Amino acid sequence: MYRQKYLFLIPGLLTLVAIIVFPLLFTIRVSFSSWDVIQPGLDWIGGENYARLWEDERYWEALLRLAGMAGGTVLVQYVLGFGLALLVWREVLLKRFFRVLFLIPMMTTPVVMSVIWRTIFHESLGPVNDLLQRAGLEALPWISSAGLAFTSVMIVEIWQWTPFMFLLLLAGLLSLPEEPYLAARIDGAGPFRTFFRVTFPRMAAISVGAILIRLIEASKIMETVYVLTSGGPGTATETSSYYIYIRGLRDFQLGYAASLSLIYLIIMIVSLTLIGKGLTRIFVKDQA
Amino acid sequence: MRTLYLALKYLAILLWSSFVVFPFLWALSTSFKTANGVTSGATYLPWVDYEPSLLGWESLFGGAGGINIFGPYLNSVIVTVSASVVSLVLGTLAAYGLSRFRFRAGFVKNGDITFFFISQRILPPIVLAMPFFLMLQTLGLLDTLPGLVIVYIALLLPIAVWVMVDFFNNVPRELDEMAWLDGCNPIQTFLRVILPNSLPGLVVAGMFCLIFGWNDFFFAFTLTFTNTQLLPVAIVSLNSSVTPWWALSAACLVSVAPLLLLAFLAERFLSRGNLAGAVR
Repeated sequence: MYRQKYLFLIPGLLTLVAIIVFPLLFTIRVSFSSWDVIQPGLDWIGGENYARLWEDERYWEALLRLAGMAGGTVLVQYVLGFGLALLVWREVLLKRFFRVLFLIPMMTTPVVMSVIWRTIFHESLGPVNDLLQRAGLEALPWISSAGLAFTSVMIVEIWQWTPFMFLLLLAGLLSLPEEPYLAARIDGAGPFRTFFRVTFPRMAAISVGAILIRLIEASKIMETVYVLTSGGPGTATETSSYYIYIRGLRDFQLGYAASLSLIYLIIMIVSLTLIGKGLTRIFVKDQA
Repeated sequence: MRTLYLALKYLAILLWSSFVVFPFLWALSTSFKTANGVTSGATYLPWVDYEPSLLGWESLFGGAGGINIFGPYLNSVIVTVSASVVSLVLGTLAAYGLSRFRFRAGFVKNGDITFFFISQRILPPIVLAMPFFLMLQTLGLLDTLPGLVIVYIALLLPIAVWVMVDFFNNVPRELDEMAWLDGCNPIQTFLRVILPNSLPGLVVAGMFCLIFGWNDFFFAFTLTFTNTQLLPVAIVSLNSSVTPWWALSAACLVSVAPLLLLAFLAERFLSRGNLAGAVR
């Protein structure tokens, strides 16, 4: 109809294609080369990197660990985020203040907060162990034991990103219509019945969307790990991104790291698509 | 029963609030300590547990044991603001186009183009970092501010498109149609009628751009060395050195302060349900 319509779309589209698509295509080419710090350059070694990746146990362990960490944190974030959204949805003292307060962690720089969290979890000088001991409990190795280091990373992730879940779910709650709640009150339904019969079904689609957005973001976890534990002790908190970072930008095996990152990307896209479809089928089936 | 319910509700709010606030209070307290207040175990209250000093805060401005934070701070402001402005302009234009006009190229339609924009968020930074590194090296932009701005535009543009497409979809089309009847062409319609009515959307989109730009660490870390240091990189490099916790804490607080301020300023735009449609 109007030729002018292209003036709106094209600048943004071209910018994104130029900045992202070409480098990404280049990565595909690099993944078939042996580019490293000794011999930088694009030779052709066929699928050798991919064969090596298949045997690389550390890579697959990092991927499993990431799945556990992402799934675990997002689940906790969803439950907490939904709870918090319900708390400040209706009339509460200082409602607007608490709504902003609950959002604050997601506004702060993850690495900077991780630096602070590292001092909090510090095993001899930090407040967590100090408070545990004052309460008559034992000090715990928050960073130096494998299981607890994993937990520490999760705690920081939950602190940082529950607000995002809260924001999306609160937005959903605020957009719900009033009438079903009036009807429920007339029927004499208690708070639990109202939640499960009225609120939750209407929040299903939003929940699936919010969980997916958070899963996408959580599948990139690495900055918290970098600052808090550097992947350790050993490789106990090493996620996929962090392992690829070590191979690519520290050991400078660019060819191999390119193949690692492409397979990582493909696995992520496939699994997130499947999870999205699955969640939608389970939760949203009743909706018209 | 009702009192019990209310008590539990406020208890929950109080518990979560303390969890949210604790790291900030701890950092605030630590920023006024000296070596004595740190190395003998955890201390909390100034004057009670330790003698407060301004050592940490002085170190931010070139004092001993810290960093001069001014340079990295300015770099962060320049990169974040310019990338956000460019992304917001390009993203708003693209979003308006996608929301109001039909585009077709073969089997690719509006929905697919929107999805292409938003789907860039799925790319993990590490996947992009290596090609970005090589790209900036080729262009001679490694370790420069313009290089980082280019990279940040790629990060922020999808966010701007995501928020603004949803926003424009909720702006009634009658507004456009009335402008057309008055003889405006699409560009005039956009500039004179739609844009002045888009403040809430622009604030939310702009805010998200600023948050994600200001908070990035990974690209700043991998694509710069010593000439161009952004704030998070400066802080993390301080972290790996001797650990002057007081200077570190003061730097952390100064670095997160502007967005906290922004959060309270933009409060009335944020929790209004602007994002509800975007998730569906």
